[in-house]
Amino acid sequence: MAAIELRGVVKRFGSITAVDGLDLEVPAGICLGLLGPNGAGKSTTMRLLTGQAIADAGELRVLGYELPRESKPARAEMGVVPQLDNLDVDVTVEDNLAVYARLYRVADVGAAVDRALDLARLRDRRRDAVDKLSGGMRRRLLLARGLVHEPRLVLLDEPTVGLDPQIRTELWTLIGELKARGTTILMSTHYIEEAERLSDEVAVMHKGRVISRGRPADLIAAHAGRQTAEVYAPPQRLAELRTSAEASGLRVRPAGPAIAIVGSERAGDGAVPADAVVRAATLEDVFVLLTGEEAE
Amino acid sequence: MNTAAPQRRTMRRLEPAAIAGVMSRELANFRTYWRGTTFSSVLEPLVYLLAFGLGLGATLVKEVEGVPYIQFVGTGMVATAVIFSSALPAMFGTFVKHRFQNTYEAILAAPVDVEELVSAEMLWIAGRSAVYGCVPLIVTFFWGLEPALGMLLVPLFAFVTALGFAGFGVAMAATVAKIDQFNYVTALFVTPLFLVAGTFFPISGLPQGFQDLAQINPLHQLVELVRGGAFGFEAVDLARFAFLVVFALITWRVAVRRMHARLID
Repeated sequence: MAAIELRGVVKRFGSITAVDGLDLEVPAGICLGLLGPNGAGKSTTMRLLTGQAIADAGELRVLGYELPRESKPARAEMGVVPQLDNLDVDVTVEDNLAVYARLYRVADVGAAVDRALDLARLRDRRRDAVDKLSGGMRRRLLLARGLVHEPRLVLLDEPTVGLDPQIRTELWTLIGELKARGTTILMSTHYIEEAERLSDEVAVMHKGRVISRGRPADLIAAHAGRQTAEVYAPPQRLAELRTSAEASGLRVRPAGPAIAIVGSERAGDGAVPADAVVRAATLEDVFVLLTGEEAE
Repeated sequence: MNTAAPQRRTMRRLEPAAIAGVMSRELANFRTYWRGTTFSSVLEPLVYLLAFGLGLGATLVKEVEGVPYIQFVGTGMVATAVIFSSALPAMFGTFVKHRFQNTYEAILAAPVDVEELVSAEMLWIAGRSAVYGCVPLIVTFFWGLEPALGMLLVPLFAFVTALGFAGFGVAMAATVAKIDQFNYVTALFVTPLFLVAGTFFPISGLPQGFQDLAQINPLHQLVELVRGGAFGFEAVDLARFAFLVVFALITWRVAVRRMHARLID
């Protein structure tokens, strides 16, 4: 049985269709990265899975429970780490954890709190108020709070959005440990590197549905080929290069101040200028080609 | 890892564990700010009692309905303490937790329903109000109010009334678009209800229209019940209590419905 099964899920907000016929299956034991630009429907999908949004159409099953009817027992067995820090800032670290241990009906609250403190590496800060913690500690606590009941399935909603690189790396380590224990993870992100490092599989979401899915390496091979050639030049020359590369059947995408000629290993003589920087194709190439939006 | 659900859980509505969990969050937060709240809820009735009871009582009014004016105000002030410690925290607290702190998003991701969340918030606020509501009564003991057996029911009266006003506050928090719109709620409902409750002057002195309006003011019913507890109940007090129970039930259901509309897309 898959941990998450969504079929034909539709969610509208007025005239906007945020989720538009979404099919998504997350097998147990993997980390699936839901990668998409802002507005792709990732957050709405997360809200649908926690019963905080009700689908207009489609079937949703989480851990064998049918949503929204059986959302409550499903929520009891999954953990959620929100995008925004919503810890109780005046309350101590251990009380923050204890409250959620109770909300999740954990039998031994004390043991659950100790376990979560170890996971967040905050045992020596347990009696400190949250607003005394550093940004990185708060994020670790937020993650540990979502895991206080040792869920089988964890939803990570943009777990490192807006964090500085050092804190991001810290969190990636913790998420890696969670993966190693076999917990099923659905992680939404718009950071390519995050999806690439942590996900067993990536589903690229665009305009409310999954437009491509697979292991990162397979997606790259299928959509971007082996190599990408990046050219930095004045806009005028970039436009000319783009036209000639596209005329010879290559795919070109914008890359900030440069253009990237994707699948450049297939280019004939002269299609890739001599001053181009040739590098291995990445998931970013795939993402931009598929969604038409530049990645962060 | 075992992927099949080990046992299918079924969960009911209004689970005590969910309600207790939400209340434990409130308690954990309360432990960080109880000093300020308690200080103001003790000082406020004291200030009012001194101003009205001693000021007005010593100069203009000696007795109302056969009771020394300071005791008349002191018993009435229970209702003031109750509305200000229930409606306002429910309005502002709920709004802040929902809009600014995203607290409810985290709570509802756990196995807690909107109905349990709202019920827990109301129970917590009402419990607190039941305690703070007794403060004016206790303060008035120092001005000669005789302890009476009926006063033991005051915490219950305060609790039920506070439930109603907490439900009202939560419903308002789920209705307004911006926090400054609470000014309308306060000016249109809270202040008039508080002034036309019979706290500072007897309702019987008002024009008939206001007297009729006062009868549907839950705060007035509470004032009468507290004075009943202090100076002797009447048969009509049963109806007053029933009115407060109905008021609490109605605002509870409205609050749950409004919050559901606000929190679940």
